[in-house]
Amino acid sequence: MRHIISILIENESGALSRVAGLFSARGYNIESLTVAPTQDPTLSRMTIVTSGSDEVIEQITKQLNKLIDVVKLIDLSESAHIERELMLVKVRAADGAREEVKRLADIFRGNIIDVTPTSYVIEVTGEKAKLDAFLQALREDAIVEVVRSGTTGILRGERGLHV
Amino acid sequence: MELSGAEILVQCLKDEGVEYIFGYPGGAVLHIYDALFKQDDVKHILVRHEQGATHAADGYARSTGKPGVVLVTSGPGATNAVTGIATAYMDSIPLVVITGQVSLPVIGSDAFQEADIVGITRPCVKHNFLVKDIHKLAETVKKAFYIATTGRPGPVVVDIPKDVTDPSIQIPYEYPRSVTLRSYNPSVKGHPVQIKKAVELLLSARRPMIYSGGGVILGNAADELTALTRMLNFPITNTLMGLGGYPATDRQFVGMLGMHGTYEANMAMHDCDVLLAVGARFDDRVTGKIAEFCPDATIIHIDVDPASISKTVKVDIPIVGEVVPVLADMIEIIKTSGRSPDAEALSAWWARIDQWRSLDCLRYDRSSERIKPQYVVEQLWELTRGEAFVASDVGQHQMWAAQFYKFDQPRRWVNSGGLGTMGFGLPAAIGIKLAHPDEEVVCVTGEASIQMCIQELATALQYRTPIKIVNLNNGYMGMVRQWQEFIYESRYSESYLETLPDFVKLAESYGHVGMRIAKPADVRPALEEALKLKDRTVFMDFLTDPTENVYPMIETGKAQHEMRLAPGITVDRELA
Repeated sequence: MRHIISILIENESGALSRVAGLFSARGYNIESLTVAPTQDPTLSRMTIVTSGSDEVIEQITKQLNKLIDVVKLIDLSESAHIERELMLVKVRAADGAREEVKRLADIFRGNIIDVTPTSYVIEVTGEKAKLDAFLQALREDAIVEVVRSGTTGILRGERGLHV
Repeated sequence: MELSGAEILVQCLKDEGVEYIFGYPGGAVLHIYDALFKQDDVKHILVRHEQGATHAADGYARSTGKPGVVLVTSGPGATNAVTGIATAYMDSIPLVVITGQVSLPVIGSDAFQEADIVGITRPCVKHNFLVKDIHKLAETVKKAFYIATTGRPGPVVVDIPKDVTDPSIQIPYEYPRSVTLRSYNPSVKGHPVQIKKAVELLLSARRPMIYSGGGVILGNAADELTALTRMLNFPITNTLMGLGGYPATDRQFVGMLGMHGTYEANMAMHDCDVLLAVGARFDDRVTGKIAEFCPDATIIHIDVDPASISKTVKVDIPIVGEVVPVLADMIEIIKTSGRSPDAEALSAWWARIDQWRSLDCLRYDRSSERIKPQYVVEQLWELTRGEAFVASDVGQHQMWAAQFYKFDQPRRWVNSGGLGTMGFGLPAAIGIKLAHPDEEVVCVTGEASIQMCIQELATALQYRTPIKIVNLNNGYMGMVRQWQEFIYESRYSESYLETLPDFVKLAESYGHVGMRIAKPADVRPALEEALKLKDRTVFMDFLTDPTENVYPMIETGKAQHEMRLAPGITVDRELA
């Protein structure tokens, strides 16, 4: 099953490679990983999307917790949560195709953030499935480039992950 | 007091109470060596290869419970230390390994003797640091010792660039008294509800079994474990790492378990209905085929590391905490309850175990004209009254030492259990002897293993650490040969060591005493003679039967009760 694990980790050099190294050394799946400092610059927030049986996920969370730099950890998928991913898509948009591409972007609540006579860059955010659907809706030969941030997420309600 | 980075490091070691530092100098650590030169409190032990430094520090740590400290230079000095670091990591041994690094401005430029040792060691350390600022040096060293020695112990690497130790830059020094890390708070006390549940289960057991591992040794819990085991009158087995956690000569001890464990230990594991695992990690060499591991047992597992729990075997009652307080709580609850396990069920269980025991699974041919390695270890045990510190290398000799040297006390058995590092024994023995100068220290080894760190014979002479080396020389990498005999139809691919040195002359050239023993009748007199030479390192080269194998053996993929027994030992149906 797919899990979203959210981590508060010391913002030290090498912290990211400790986490990435753990996943490769122990043979765990990693679908995506995002990381950036939090409002407290000494801490980074990392979101990892992984999959595995309950036993494997239990081991992943335990092994992550065991890393000295990991301050706190939560499996978002165990509670009500919101997940978002940012995607930038560069598409060919010349002449007749321009209108259709723009309409499609509107349907997916995407923004066109760069325009040339022959191309658009469209920004779309949402859950992974929505972004997948948007890509499917575009004509394959229209896509020049796709950049995805990987999933980030947060708990619903008052509860938060903090020190 | 203003000190340079190099002086700060040395002062930190003094303030940490470090007695010995095992190391080898080189460019990146020369400032540190100069600071060491100017003081006498921290004694430096110069090894002949950095791997030896880590193993010697490891032997010191295992035999004392104190952290072992290593100092090596950058690049090859540090990479040579990696095997020893990984060895300590697998067995959870507290080490603080200080590695020199090239100066900060040239890091990343492929400078001379540069290696990314923080990156290289990341998967085999508990934690590591690169010190980029002299102002953080003392605090980092304090953190390193704290992390290495608390919770589940392990090695910590502190990588120090040369310019951080520059003698021309001096800052005020103060060693932090304590350190706290918001991200690291190892649990101490076990959860009371879990402990209560566990005690209930133990008291209701009809076929109980206690299985204890290295955690009991590391956690100094042998007394509590012994008290609980005796109070309950339960059978107990130790893992390879846990030997000495319960007195091996006691009636309730059924021997080591696992791949080369005793028949009675493995059968009792397989048939038990309640299993109490204490500081053990359900290693594959213990469990055999996981799907058939302890099929009838409800399992209680005490461990300081939550990640060890339900890692390979699902347990029913996990207790996260240090072993001593958890066992003490259990003893207290049982005492106040006034209850005891069902005596009738227990006596039937013991009768069954004694039946298994009567098979005498470790017996070997005592009338052979060749020296049997088991006999050598048995004689060693007798002559040292079971009180020696025994460091071993890895292979058949290690298993025979574990089976035939009956350890009644913790920390006397020192071996590389997890990583299985050949070459560990000799330097480890030197580390032990430094810590225990008045105790008998023996290195049980084989002709293949000993050659992997043989250069440390020079270290043993330089520091006058008289150890007794028992070389069980069968001319083969014995354990490899055994597997090839059993599994590869005796195709002995590259396991025969065709050109061996003359170990007697070799020992003599290093300034030690060398002895060669070829006949069974000479075994005991030779050991007696060697043990009399109190102030000399003696290398005893025992020419042993090359065809001897370690039994019993659970072959890969087999379950605990499917042991291969020594030729001539058969199990009648009733016993199984």
